[in-house]
Amino acid sequence: MASEDGKDHRLARISSSIRVIPDFPKPGIMFQDITTLLLDHKAFRDTIDIFVERYREKNISVVAGIEARGFIFGPPIALAIGAKFVPMRKPKKLPGEVISEEYALEYGTDKMEMHVGAVQPGDRALVIDDLIATGGTLCAAVRLLERVGADVVECACVIELPELKGREKLGHRPVFVLVKG
Amino acid sequence: MSACKDKEQDPRIEGIASTIRVVPDFPKPGIMFQDITTLLLDPKAFKNTVDLFVERYTGKDITVVAGIEARGFIFGPPIALAIGAKFVPLRKPRKLPGEVISEEYVLEYGTDCLQMHIGAVQPGDRALVVDDLIATGGTLCAAIKLLERAGAEVVECACVIELPELKGRERLNGKPLYILVESG
Repeated sequence: MASEDGKDHRLARISSSIRVIPDFPKPGIMFQDITTLLLDHKAFRDTIDIFVERYREKNISVVAGIEARGFIFGPPIALAIGAKFVPMRKPKKLPGEVISEEYALEYGTDKMEMHVGAVQPGDRALVIDDLIATGGTLCAAVRLLERVGADVVECACVIELPELKGREKLGHRPVFVLVKG
Repeated sequence: MSACKDKEQDPRIEGIASTIRVVPDFPKPGIMFQDITTLLLDPKAFKNTVDLFVERYTGKDITVVAGIEARGFIFGPPIALAIGAKFVPLRKPRKLPGEVISEEYVLEYGTDCLQMHIGAVQPGDRALVVDDLIATGGTLCAAIKLLERAGAEVVECACVIELPELKGRERLNGKPLYILVESG
């Protein structure tokens, strides 16, 4: 697991706290498990601090976190920078009126939903997830936010799997990550 | 929706209670769903919510905050970070990679299952269980069992909302429950 920026000494500890689980959820996939990062209080604290340092002076009004691991990293960032937290969820989880965005899976499609009224035109938004792989989920989240008139400032993830070209899928919109797998 | 009246009423609680939205007939007819997403849209209310829990648990040597998927993932980590504890996600089946232990629990119709990673929690760990809401207490009960099976001491369960008519408090194996607002 390589660090993105060797100059930040916190990244080495963050990187080494992430566990790789082979053949999950299916054979051939090397799963990047951030639960071990969450067990290391300093590494978890540092992860949040790095994101907060990057975004605190950028007038971010919305942090959108993708279910479910984006719910772990998004809220601490939102709280520290004074932004709203908006959960982006699988179908039928959010009560009340939602808008939906379909996205492609390896086989078939899935849907992501956001509450109507959570985000307004002119909101400056971050999208947070633990990891960017193909970029499909992040792309759906970005689309939902843009459909309601938000300005998506950046996507932020702990881990990137660069071989899967997620940045391309996002049309080379800004993506900030801490470690590459 | 009423703020808890059986303890000193912190002035922040009224504001928190007023941000929670009730959505009728979700997920099915007859259920008045307590929606905390509107609380999350109010940075001051969200911060006050977390602060109330943090103030209660700072200095109590809590080493683990266990959050129940998925809304427990929103409230648990900020508490864990502030009090210096590990955060342990308790998840639906087949979400956690690697070795897990499972605890089955009863639903209205059928059963469901909660899982925790082996090795996340050690004997002697002092744990909180966090979720957005306690209804029947079934999920919280399963969470307590998982933590105790791993040798942890469950110090308290903490939720934003309680539905007291559903008597969840009685299903917690005698563990204390701390909540901010009651509904119904």
